[in-house]
Amino acid sequence: MNIIVCIKQVPDTTEVRIDPVTKNLVRDGVKSIVNPFDMYAIEEGVRLREKHGGKVTVITMGPPQAEAVLREAISLGCDDAVLISDRAFAGSDTLATCYTLSKAIEKIKDYDLVICGKQAIDGDTAQVGPGVASTLDIPQITYVRKIEEIKDNNITAERATEEGYEVVQTKMPCLITVVKEINTPRLPSLKGKMKAKSAVITVWKAADINADESRLGLKGSPTEVWKIFTPPPRPKGRIFEGDPQESVNQLVELLKDLNH
Amino acid sequence: MSGITVYKDKCIGCALCEKACPFAAITIVDKKAVIDLDKCTLCGACVEACQKFRAIDIVRETTRTPDIEKYKGIWVFAEQRKGVIQSVAYELLGKARELADKLKVPVACVLIGSNVKDKAQDLIYRGADKVYVIDNPKLEHLLDEPYARIMANLIRKYRPEAILCPATAMGRSVISRVAVQLRVGLTADCTGLDVNLDERYLLQTRPAFGGNIMATILSKYHRPQLATVRHKVMKEAVPDPKRKGEIEVVNFDNSFFASRAKILNVVDEVMTTINITEANVIVSGGRAMGGPAAFKMLEDLAKVLNGAVGASRAAIDEGWMPYSHQVGQTGKTVCPNVYIACGISGQIQHLVGMQSSDIIIAINRDPSAPIFNVANYGIVGDLFTVVPLLTKRFKEVL
Repeated sequence: MNIIVCIKQVPDTTEVRIDPVTKNLVRDGVKSIVNPFDMYAIEEGVRLREKHGGKVTVITMGPPQAEAVLREAISLGCDDAVLISDRAFAGSDTLATCYTLSKAIEKIKDYDLVICGKQAIDGDTAQVGPGVASTLDIPQITYVRKIEEIKDNNITAERATEEGYEVVQTKMPCLITVVKEINTPRLPSLKGKMKAKSAVITVWKAADINADESRLGLKGSPTEVWKIFTPPPRPKGRIFEGDPQESVNQLVELLKDLNH
Repeated sequence: MSGITVYKDKCIGCALCEKACPFAAITIVDKKAVIDLDKCTLCGACVEACQKFRAIDIVRETTRTPDIEKYKGIWVFAEQRKGVIQSVAYELLGKARELADKLKVPVACVLIGSNVKDKAQDLIYRGADKVYVIDNPKLEHLLDEPYARIMANLIRKYRPEAILCPATAMGRSVISRVAVQLRVGLTADCTGLDVNLDERYLLQTRPAFGGNIMATILSKYHRPQLATVRHKVMKEAVPDPKRKGEIEVVNFDNSFFASRAKILNVVDEVMTTINITEANVIVSGGRAMGGPAAFKMLEDLAKVLNGAVGASRAAIDEGWMPYSHQVGQTGKTVCPNVYIACGISGQIQHLVGMQSSDIIIAINRDPSAPIFNVANYGIVGDLFTVVPLLTKRFKEVL
């Protein structure tokens, strides 16, 4: 079984903040990490290979320094890694990203399953997984929390919904996006770390994936950021200390006035 | 050629762009901005920061939707589950009506499902001028492929200028496929929508970087403009039984209903009766709850307030509550009217999932807990004392 895992290098968004005085973006010391949801995608890919055999290829699209996340994926058990990197990709929105990743996946060609994290924490769009599936014209199961069975080229999985879950079955090749519930990612082994260090990362440029230039980067991106601003700060709250009964009474009184 | 340019003659080296860049791609060298193209994502934050000097420019060559001016009207994807139109559809309808009135165009809803035709009238009462109904037993389950295929076909035929879709599991999965098929822009998870009257752009505002920054996104040259919208952010449209509108049943042949994925079973498993993304009140517990038994106390409080129970990642990871109740970065993003955080310290990963709630109430023993920084009201005290008192007091007054 050949598996492709798509991952993304993201800034650790929890560390990106607005300086309350200067209103500027504070990004000093913000680390780049593997998108947390992609860790579950990597783990699931490696587990499926351990069970069914085959190969896990991890891919990412990004600047040259995104190579770091691919090495991390190898340390966690992925076999091969491809960095899709070219200046022509800069400014890609989700549509151009879907196209670029799909062209790379087409080049890898021989695959049964594509696994993505449910969304990236910097953009939070959850669009790229289904978008790649649609570009490749393969079926998808989004928000997978458990793979029940893989048999006779069919995959059966539990898909998390707002109310619970659905059991969905489809033919492979297909694409799934995974949620946190699906597994507990392992830590890298010493052997894995050594392998990651010496691994050769393949780099593909736009020409290598046979991409139509008009569908890449800024040119292939219908959306643009028009304005960036800081959300209005929350008003300073009223904090009650002291006797709990008294605090509770005062709080309920205030809420009653607000008519909630 | 698309790309970013710094005009050296206009740049004074003020470093505003350097500070604005979310990717640390700009440095000031010899009093001029220099952009590291390996880091730059062409996001445009620097262009915005340099409005005074206009020394940075991003040129974009892009394709255009042909006959762009022929795209008219605002659509709402009226998501239904088990034949019931979801309240988020009414929220989108309220917003769509407001935007359409500004643009002086009609509002239409697309209602896809099995046995849903008689639900269309309610969409008209709530502001739709037209409802396209696609009703077929094969559409009973919400399947991504047929739903996306039908949407894309209707869009090609009727050409709306903008479509609002709920940012639900279903909405996001379907509309992403539609965007790719039509090769148009899609902005996820909007919390604010407006229109630019001169150019008829949809101004789509959404949180980025975990809600620390807001970004307004445009799709200038492509139609329709697609947006998914968060639940509980817009106000629900109020029904007016006197409103008139047209219901059009659109028939498709069987090829449209084909799906390679099939749903074998649907299981509802929300422990409390209300799903947290739809609740008006959420009572959440964190690590200080100490164990699963204490959540019973939160359920009691939630019951009095007709709310749902949530939990922080710490409590979920301990196995005290199922994952579907997790609020925060790796769980759900919620924005209820009232969010009561009990024994939650307020790590940023939790805050990004709930900081857009209308009113935040924090109960924590530690007065320096970061949760108090975002709370409208806070009680410093032991939650095991405070929560039961709160439940009792609410019971008395409600």
